[in-house]
Amino acid sequence: MSAAVNEAAHSAAHTPAGGPRPSRRPSHKGQDEAFLVVDDLSVQFPTEDGLVKAVQNVSYSLPLGRTLAIVGESGSGKSVSSMAIMGLHDPKRTIITGSISLGGEQIVGRSQDDMRKIRGQVASIIFQDPQSSLHPYFTVGWQLREAYREHHQVSKSVAHTRAIEMLDRVGIPHPKRRADQYPFEFSGGMRQRAMIAMALINDPQLIIADEPTTALDVTVQAQILDLLNDLQAEFGSAIIMITHDLAVVAEVADDVMVMYGGRAVEHGTAEQVLVRPNHPYTWGLLQSIPAVSSEQAELYPIKGNPPSLLSLPPGCSFAPRCPYVDRVPDGKCRTDLPELISRSAGDHGLSRCHLSNPDAIFAAEVEPRIA
Amino acid sequence: MLVYILRRLASAISVVLVTIVISFGLFFVAPSDPAGMLCGVKCTPARVAEIEKSLGLDKPTSEQFALYMKGLVVGRTYESGGVTRECPAPCLGFSFKNDQPVLGTLIARLPVNLSLVFGAALIFLITGVTVGSLAAKRPGTTGDRALVGTTLLMSSVPYYIIAILVFLYLVIQVPILPRPAYVSPFQNPGAWIAGMITPWLVLGIYSSTSYARYSRGSMIESLSEDYVRTARAKGLSDRRVTFVHALRAAITPVMTIFGLDVAGLLVSSIFTEKIFGLQGLGITALQSLTNYDLPLIMGTVIVGAVVLVIMNFIVDVLYSVLDPRVRLV
Ligand SMILES: Nc1ncnc2c1ncn2[C@@H]1O[C@H](COP(=O)(O)OP(=O)(O)O)[C@@H](O)[C@H]1O
Ligand code: SF4
Ligand SMILES: [Mg+2]
Repeated sequence: MSAAVNEAAHSAAHTPAGGPRPSRRPSHKGQDEAFLVVDDLSVQFPTEDGLVKAVQNVSYSLPLGRTLAIVGESGSGKSVSSMAIMGLHDPKRTIITGSISLGGEQIVGRSQDDMRKIRGQVASIIFQDPQSSLHPYFTVGWQLREAYREHHQVSKSVAHTRAIEMLDRVGIPHPKRRADQYPFEFSGGMRQRAMIAMALINDPQLIIADEPTTALDVTVQAQILDLLNDLQAEFGSAIIMITHDLAVVAEVADDVMVMYGGRAVEHGTAEQVLVRPNHPYTWGLLQSIPAVSSEQAELYPIKGNPPSLLSLPPGCSFAPRCPYVDRVPDGKCRTDLPELISRSAGDHGLSRCHLSNPDAIFAAEVEPRIA
Repeated sequence: MLVYILRRLASAISVVLVTIVISFGLFFVAPSDPAGMLCGVKCTPARVAEIEKSLGLDKPTSEQFALYMKGLVVGRTYESGGVTRECPAPCLGFSFKNDQPVLGTLIARLPVNLSLVFGAALIFLITGVTVGSLAAKRPGTTGDRALVGTTLLMSSVPYYIIAILVFLYLVIQVPILPRPAYVSPFQNPGAWIAGMITPWLVLGIYSSTSYARYSRGSMIESLSEDYVRTARAKGLSDRRVTFVHALRAAITPVMTIFGLDVAGLLVSSIFTEKIFGLQGLGITALQSLTNYDLPLIMGTVIVGAVVLVIMNFIVDVLYSVLDPRVRLV
């Protein structure tokens, strides 16, 4: 099932340039070594309507202390690819191929019992909606204690002390009192802080934050992102930040992977992808958000709908919506799937597009609309 | 929490009071001839007058009601044919047919229903919720389909048919199950279990299918909740995720139905009582109707209402224990 082909070479090819931010976590393997290596990961769901190809051939690697942002419209496979790292897909209803190596351990094909030791301990996940992600019938302290005791043989009171310490650490006032309250007694932002406290209680090396701020007010969003940044600096964990919000990406990401229709279409450092993007879909994303710095007159939303994952077009999945489809000769966009490779000279990431002169098009036609 | 309980208690008491007034109104104010009905075949006008007097029917309605209420609080006495009968508080009336206070008759029957409910509820709640939860984890599999099919089949066969068949075949013809009889558990616990086991099994297993169905639906819903995914992501065992996290949320709506079912069984389980020959409240209510034993009918109605109200109160309190959000309402 797994295809761990030439892992070192592959991950080297896919690791975007640029050193990781300094990390305080002591690592006997050295700072640059990837903690998480995802190689040629595909996730498919057999359903009554056919095979849903939710994620196809995704590869990336992530060292400790570094943040990878996965960006894309809803339904592009961001969550599905990340849930695979936690082994959270039902093995009976999911076909997973490729390999995921977490701290040197292979994840794909592991039993649920093995995965239980990893979940919440080595890798933790923070979900989008703190309203529904905490159990409404248990106190916050109870839920944090449970997370800690699952991975540590300690008494209830030790775990309780640890829970209060974590609530305090994520900036919840009166943590002692708050620990005895139920989630519904918390505001949205406080709930997300509690969720983060629970995710970090076992000091995991990898944190997956799946749209952690989407359900929150703008001001609270910024606070939560700051908190995650602080915690990363303190604990040196690797973070996967899933989002469809490029403002969030700009704020937190070291590396960026843009997903479309289950595939990575552009992948590089934050600077490469946000400042010198090569893929028309990334261009579309940049044009469809209001620029922070300038008084941008118009927004250019991407027209059309995301592709059906049951029947992806044979060529480039973005072709039906791409304004540049005619710039590629011989209708190649509709017949050949472009590879995810380095496309032009200069400091760019990898992109999955047939255009031969993306640099020039970006400079002439796209940049004026976003600058 | 305390305020919540006190408020529920106040509303429970008012419901009981309203029930007393209404049932009093229905039976004593409504145009009927209770004395005539009680009197029987060899009835003389003098006898009717005497009965009316002993029932207090000769007095104005308001006075009758005041007497009734007074009886409830401090007890009262009844005169009949020159004999005085004591009806200690809370007096729900005096049944001349049985020659004893109504409450006494009802209380004598209550342990039968209590025993019945105790065993049957234990069976249907535990098996129903367990089977339903397990089925919910794999909806659409063979086991799940079998469960759904069985519950549909069960619910299309009336309960009394099953009870009669079990009684005829498994108790009488091939005596696998012991013959039902009520013995007080305080006198002889073994005989109590032996006497009740047949109705427990029949009622318990029959009802467990509908509990399996409720819990299955409720569990399918809660298993897809985000917080159950969170529980999995914490590294908890499948068992803990299902039976602590998912079931904790799924059990709440099931408890409401459970409370009502238990209340219903406490007051009456006519088929079970009749078929298995147990002298419970259901049979008593039935007899009081056929005898036109007015005080007993009214007492049954009030006791039924009180039991229902108490069960509702317990369910409310239980609900607030199960769902912390209710406590603040
Ligand atoms: N268990 C599943 N069975 C079938 N399809 C699924 C399942 N889980 C997710 N999908 C589909 O996979 C696609 C990608 O989903 P997801 O990764 O959640 O998107 P997003 O990028 O918004 O996080 C969606 O079209 C979704 O409908
Ligand atoms: S390959 Fe063609 S259709 Fe796809 S993004 Fe590039 S130009 Fe557009
Ligand atoms: Mg998602």
